[in-house]
Amino acid sequence: MALLSKDDAQAILKKVLSYSKADECTVSINATQGGNIRYARSAVSTAGEVTDTSLAVSASFGKKTGTTTINEFDDASLQKVVARAEELAKLAPENPEYMPLLGPQTYADSIAFSSKTAGMSPESRADMVAQSLQVAKEANLEAAGFLVNSSGISAMMNSKGLFAYSPESSVDFSVTFRNREGTGSGYVSNQYNDVSKLDTLALSKIAASKASMSAGAKAIEPGKYTVILEPLAASDILNGVIRGFDARSADEGRSFMTKKGGGTRLGEQLVSDKVTIYTDPLNPELPGDTWNNDGLPIKRTTWIDKGVVKNLSYSRYWAAQKGVEPLPGSNTFIMEGGNSSTEDLIKGTEKGILVTRFWYIRMVDQQTMLLTGLTRDGTFYIENGQIKFPVKNFRFNESPIIMLNNVDELGKAVRSGSCILPPMRIRDFTFTSLSDAI
Amino acid sequence: MKRRDFVQMAGLGIGGLSLPFMGKELPIEALLDNPYDTALKKQLADIALNAAKTKGATYTDVRIGRYLNQFVATREKKVQAVVNTESYGVGIRVIADGCWGFAATNNMSKDAIADCAMRAVAVAKANAKIQGAPVQLAPQKGFGEVSWKAPIEINAFEVPIKEKVDLLMQVNDAALTGGASFINSLIFAVNEQKYFASTDGSYIDQDIHRIYPTFTVTKIDRATGKFETRNAFSAPMGMGYEYLHPRAQDKVPGISTRYKMRYDILEDVKAAVKDAEDKHKAKSVEPGKYDVVLDPTHLWLTIHESVGHPTELDRVLGYEANYAGTSFLTLDKWESKKFNFGSKLVNIVADKTQAGSLGAVGYDDEGVKCGKWDLIKDGILVNYQAIRDQAHIIGLKASQGCCYSQGWDDVQFQRMPNVSLQAGKTKLSVDDMIKNVEKGIYILGNGSFSIDQQRYNFQFGGQTFYEIANGKIVGMLKDVAYQSNTQEFWNACTAICDESDYRLGGSFNDGKGQPSQSSAVSHGSATARFNGVNVINTARKI
Repeated sequence: MALLSKDDAQAILKKVLSYSKADECTVSINATQGGNIRYARSAVSTAGEVTDTSLAVSASFGKKTGTTTINEFDDASLQKVVARAEELAKLAPENPEYMPLLGPQTYADSIAFSSKTAGMSPESRADMVAQSLQVAKEANLEAAGFLVNSSGISAMMNSKGLFAYSPESSVDFSVTFRNREGTGSGYVSNQYNDVSKLDTLALSKIAASKASMSAGAKAIEPGKYTVILEPLAASDILNGVIRGFDARSADEGRSFMTKKGGGTRLGEQLVSDKVTIYTDPLNPELPGDTWNNDGLPIKRTTWIDKGVVKNLSYSRYWAAQKGVEPLPGSNTFIMEGGNSSTEDLIKGTEKGILVTRFWYIRMVDQQTMLLTGLTRDGTFYIENGQIKFPVKNFRFNESPIIMLNNVDELGKAVRSGSCILPPMRIRDFTFTSLSDAI
Repeated sequence: MKRRDFVQMAGLGIGGLSLPFMGKELPIEALLDNPYDTALKKQLADIALNAAKTKGATYTDVRIGRYLNQFVATREKKVQAVVNTESYGVGIRVIADGCWGFAATNNMSKDAIADCAMRAVAVAKANAKIQGAPVQLAPQKGFGEVSWKAPIEINAFEVPIKEKVDLLMQVNDAALTGGASFINSLIFAVNEQKYFASTDGSYIDQDIHRIYPTFTVTKIDRATGKFETRNAFSAPMGMGYEYLHPRAQDKVPGISTRYKMRYDILEDVKAAVKDAEDKHKAKSVEPGKYDVVLDPTHLWLTIHESVGHPTELDRVLGYEANYAGTSFLTLDKWESKKFNFGSKLVNIVADKTQAGSLGAVGYDDEGVKCGKWDLIKDGILVNYQAIRDQAHIIGLKASQGCCYSQGWDDVQFQRMPNVSLQAGKTKLSVDDMIKNVEKGIYILGNGSFSIDQQRYNFQFGGQTFYEIANGKIVGMLKDVAYQSNTQEFWNACTAICDESDYRLGGSFNDGKGQPSQSSAVSHGSATARFNGVNVINTARKI
């Protein structure tokens, strides 16, 4: 029962709702199936397949809510799960922030499902990994990587007539190549909904080339440098920014979006006018959810337009408090870029550092969104438009907000994990110490 | 949508706190009513063992797990979520054609379990063609039918939700009355009911409990637009609800009260409000070299990141190269028997048996009985953390029992045991330690943390910072983080307080592996001093 059709999901949810005596009730179903291979030391280390299906019931009496789930689908079990949610609701304290359920909504059809990804098998995964291992063998490098695919459906129905259904699939591939001496390391990582876009051979060749190029890194002094961030490095550091566009924490005074003296930075020029960031669940390269867990439709939303904060997300409760429309936040985003390639950005750089990726990024200060972390798997010194030599990894302490104020040039945007964003040249990026790690 | 996102979908997402989450919600009575006795589990396990053998497996282990979580989360005067969760299912791991295979299902019918075992064998065989050397397992005798239970006094799942809600509401009231702008508080309880069976002849039933009460107090200054926070000085523990019943002998007096095996959350929250207020007025640190005096509420995380992770044998060997990283503690350093990891004062042990710790179990997740061993002895690297398929690589005749999986549906692999710094052997109090510091910073609580993929370069923040000048604490500091190199840092360890100051801290959610898995692990220490550490100022303007 891993992949329920829309009709089957609707039928189960209707049946479960018919058992409810609560004032309001929401029923959700989630089914997934998938598999993975992990390899290291140029051989498979672990591999597996998992299937799981769950049904959740949230029942409310007034402002008291109870939630429970089950993974059996006979009528007696379905009746039991509703009864238990209702019992728990009666025991629960009142939630003063409880919002009455939404009625029927209109959602765009999700485009996040690929039957090719859903059809992956232990054999097809092994074949894709074999191509990556072949690159390691030919280049005399050690490979460690991971390939994982999952497919499933999410559906939700409530007692006010709301119904939502989305199928989804994804495949993630990443690989690290290291030379035998342990002096060079290269990495690639990407995520797709459709496995036919994944080329493990081509990606592995890029990682292998970085492993060779990064060997024998020289130490240069930490300090402020012009950096070119490849899309992976840029997504590593910018990933959490849009999640911070939350109106409530800004209004409450505990966010980098808080304005001195009270209020938020909505409408302010926060970053460089070169920066435009939006969400679009119907982008074919980065399809996302078209509804959220409250049942709100997720639509194309601009967060930053030419550096100006255009929107903050509002939960239903906070929107009601503030008299505005609720606006769901997003786990994905798209940042507009230009037409240059990473190579073009390098050519236009007099002196700088090329960063492949960042690692172990943690928030140091929520107030300024100051982050710390390190470069990893290929960091290079650029002079007069050319990569001159690999350099030892740096620790940085930098705020992405400061960084987006120091944008020099943006390249062509591509998908990297859960973002689409360009490679970028940034001025005055702050490296604070050196690391011996390779 | 991945399984762990399901609670979000079910409308239970709670803002402000980052929560680990597994499993499914259900009411408490269902959690306490375990319908799966060991006789049934043995019968199901035998079905899997036999099915795998029939398909050609040369080794099989079966883990039937029931994983219960409960969390009560609140902010200010509101209960945000009361959630009971259960995850029940079976994970089957096999060796076939010399290669590992794994499959898991939540369908507990006999047919589905047999089918799952056969899928595990099919995965192993599909991968055998791209496998390197065949898996070599360290021998492990079967224990027959045995059991182990965590020595808890009060099962947190049996404590009524109302009692937990009332306690957290008292905590929040105390914070708001004291002047906090916001307070988030949380009690998280975990119970792992794990049944393990293998073709070695073990049938092991275990009952493991963990608890984590915590809060964050926020104090806002509207005029400056600044906010400061202070987190609880509690530790996640391998204990029952008794951890929340304060006891005088478990209180450590000092500039802030800290806690051993019992925690006084109401007392701590009052101190936290004052700390958050004081942080607004604190002096911004002057960057430079300082002697840092690190309290166990802080030092546990430095031990975790800079000692616990680099001594993981899977990292040393390269199994984590694509994710968590490798380790600077390469085999040649261990083989030399003279690698100076730290100063002579530094003795660090791995221990899977310490009472009240998060990592304590009777047997690991591949049926190995757990124990205790030295990692760093008088400053020298002497050992690692190994599991059955790695033991032969470092010449061990048996596994060290470090295998763990976060659930029935994830494959078990090498995870960190409790890793703890031994207290100093000579009598030394914190006050006496501080008396000898000319220019230093005393750090309490864990803050931001980051370390490179081979565990050389790290940076740690904290919760509260006090300036030490000429042997005295002279005031509070803020914007403090220290950066160092692991080997330099541990060699700069010049004093460790005695046993009377020894306490456990811990990580409730340590991430490793692909797919990423979470594990819980404790780290004990007494207050320790490190000389000449580089401190940076983290204040910025945006």
